[in-house]
Amino acid sequence: MKSLEDLEKKINSELNTKINNTEIKHNQIYIEIDKDDIIDVTLFLKTNQDTKFRQLIDITVVDYPENNLRFEVVYLFLSHEFNQRLIVKYSIAENEVIPSLTSIFPSANWMEREVFDMYGVSFKDHPDLRRILTDYGFEGHPLRKDFPLTGHSEVRYSEDQKKVISEPVKLEQNYRNFDYESPWKGTKYIKEEIENNDKKN
Amino acid sequence: MTKKIKNLNLNFGPQHPAAHGVLRLILELDGEVVEKADPHIGLLHRGTEKLIENKTYMQAVPYFDRLDYVAPMNQEHAFALAIEKILKINVPIRAQYIRVIFCEIGRILSHILNVTTQALDVGALTPSLWGFEERETLMTFYERASGSRLHANYFRAGGVHQDLPKGLEEDIAKFCETFPKIINDLESLLTDNRIFKQRNVDIGVVTKEDALDYSFSGVMIRGSGVPWDLRKSQPYDCYGSLDFKIPVGKNGDCYDRYLCRIEEMKESVSIIKQCLAKMEKGPIKSLDGKISPPAKSEIKQSMEALIHHFKLFTEGYRVPKDEIYTAVEAPKGEFGVYLISDGSSKPYKCKIRAPGFSHLQSMDYLIKGHMLADVPAVLGSLDIVFGEVDR
Repeated sequence: MKSLEDLEKKINSELNTKINNTEIKHNQIYIEIDKDDIIDVTLFLKTNQDTKFRQLIDITVVDYPENNLRFEVVYLFLSHEFNQRLIVKYSIAENEVIPSLTSIFPSANWMEREVFDMYGVSFKDHPDLRRILTDYGFEGHPLRKDFPLTGHSEVRYSEDQKKVISEPVKLEQNYRNFDYESPWKGTKYIKEEIENNDKKN
Repeated sequence: MTKKIKNLNLNFGPQHPAAHGVLRLILELDGEVVEKADPHIGLLHRGTEKLIENKTYMQAVPYFDRLDYVAPMNQEHAFALAIEKILKINVPIRAQYIRVIFCEIGRILSHILNVTTQALDVGALTPSLWGFEERETLMTFYERASGSRLHANYFRAGGVHQDLPKGLEEDIAKFCETFPKIINDLESLLTDNRIFKQRNVDIGVVTKEDALDYSFSGVMIRGSGVPWDLRKSQPYDCYGSLDFKIPVGKNGDCYDRYLCRIEEMKESVSIIKQCLAKMEKGPIKSLDGKISPPAKSEIKQSMEALIHHFKLFTEGYRVPKDEIYTAVEAPKGEFGVYLISDGSSKPYKCKIRAPGFSHLQSMDYLIKGHMLADVPAVLGSLDIVFGEVDR
C-alpha cells in the first residue's frame, strides 16, 4: 500500500475480526490484537501483496506491574517494498504462554530467547528456549520492573576456595532514587495541608 | 565392517583473537567440516536497558557509546532522534551537519576496523597497520569535538553538546583529501590479492530471501543485492539534501561485503566534504532553555539560566507520554531505539535493536557445510562488536 492510511484501511477490512485497534503516529502504524491471532496476522502481513512486511525487526516486552495483564508484547515489522514500519502489540498476564514466530521468521529465535531471558515470558513451539544474555545458572528476569537494579547476587574469585563463587550483593551504599518533584509545589505534608484548607473553604 | 565416527565438539572462544570480542562458539565438526554452530553470547552483558530506565534522558546518552564502541556517535544519534521526535523539537541546521559529519566519521572508523581485521583473520597483517593510523587521526577529531577519543557523549536531544573548536573543520577537510589515497592503498593490498580472494569469494553466501528472513540490515543485506539504506529510504537530519550512492553487492558472499564496505568509505568521504562545504555558522543546539542547558558564561549573569542549569542537571527534562521506534543506518546496519516515555524525566523503557544481534544469530545458517578455517572469515565479514550484541 502506498500510504499508511490505505494500509490501515486494508488491514482493518481484511483482518477486521482480529484487530482491536489501529493508530497512526510518528509515521508508523500501531496495531493492537489478541494473543491467539498473532500467527495469522503475521502470516498475512508477511505474504499479502499489499503489505509485504518481509522483515521482523525486533520483539520486545514492556512490563506494567500494576496492570492485571502485566506484559505488553511488541513486534516491530518493516516493509522494504513500501518503506513502512508497523508495530503489533498485545497484552498478556504473567505465566501466560504465547505462540512463537520462529516458523515464520527464523530471526525470531534469538529475539524470543531474549524476551524469555529478560522477562520470563514463555513461547509455545520454540525450538530452543534457553537463556541467552544472562550468565549460566542465572536466576530471575532482570528487565522486570520488580527486579532491583543492583541485582541479587554478585560473583568473585575466592582465594580460599580457589574458584569463582557467587554471593548475595553487599553494597556500601544503596542505590538512591531522588524525588525531583518541584519543591515550589510543596512537599507532601504541605500539599495535604493545602488540600485540607481548600476543602474547608 | 563399518566404523562409527563421532562428531567432534570444538569450543571456539570466549578468548580467541578471531572471535572479535567475547564470543563462545560451540562448533560441531565432522572432520574439518562444520555441522552445527551454537554461539553463546552475553559474556559482555551489562544490562544497558535496565540502567537507562534508571537514568535521566541526558544521563542515558553515554550508555549508547558503549554499545558499538567502534562507532559511538551513530548510536547516540538514534537515541537523540527518538527524543526529538517525541518532544517535537527542531535541530538547528549547523547541528545537523555536525552530526552527519561525525556519523560518517564513525562509519569510516568502523569500516576500517572491520576491513583490516578481517584481512588479519585471513592472514594479511599490513592492512591493519596502515588502517589503524587513519583511525587514530579520526579519533583525534572525535577528541577535539567531544573531549574523548571513544566514549564521546556528544549528541544531545536538539543538537550537539558544543560547537566545533577552531581549525577542526579545516583539518577534517584536509583528511578528506588524503584519505582516498589510503583506501586505494588498502585496495591494492586486498581487492585483487589471490589469498584474500581464495579465503572470501563464495564463502558465507546469503541469498536475498534469507537476508530478509534473518532480519539482516546494513552491509549484510546490501551485499546480497538489496538496495536498502535508511539514509536514503527514511532520511533523518540532513541526509535528504546530500548526494551519495548506495553500493550494492551481487553474490552476497564475504568478498562482496568487503567491496561494499570499501565503496561506502569512499561515499562517506564525499558526504563529509559536502557537509563541510554547506555548513554555516549558527546555533548548535535547540534554543529551548527547557531542553538545552545554558552556556556557562550565562549562568553567572542570568537567574533564569541558573535555574535552568540546576533543573536540567538534577531532574533533567521531562518527556511527554508516548512511544516511538526510530532507526538509523549505523555502520553495521539498522540500529534502532524503541523508546517509551511516561511523562517523567526517565525513560519507562528503552529497547535497543542492535544489528549485530540478528547477524550473529544466523551464524549456524551461514557456516553449515563450511570448513573450520572459514569460521573466522565469515565471523569477520558479519562485523560483530560485542558491545552491541550483548548490550
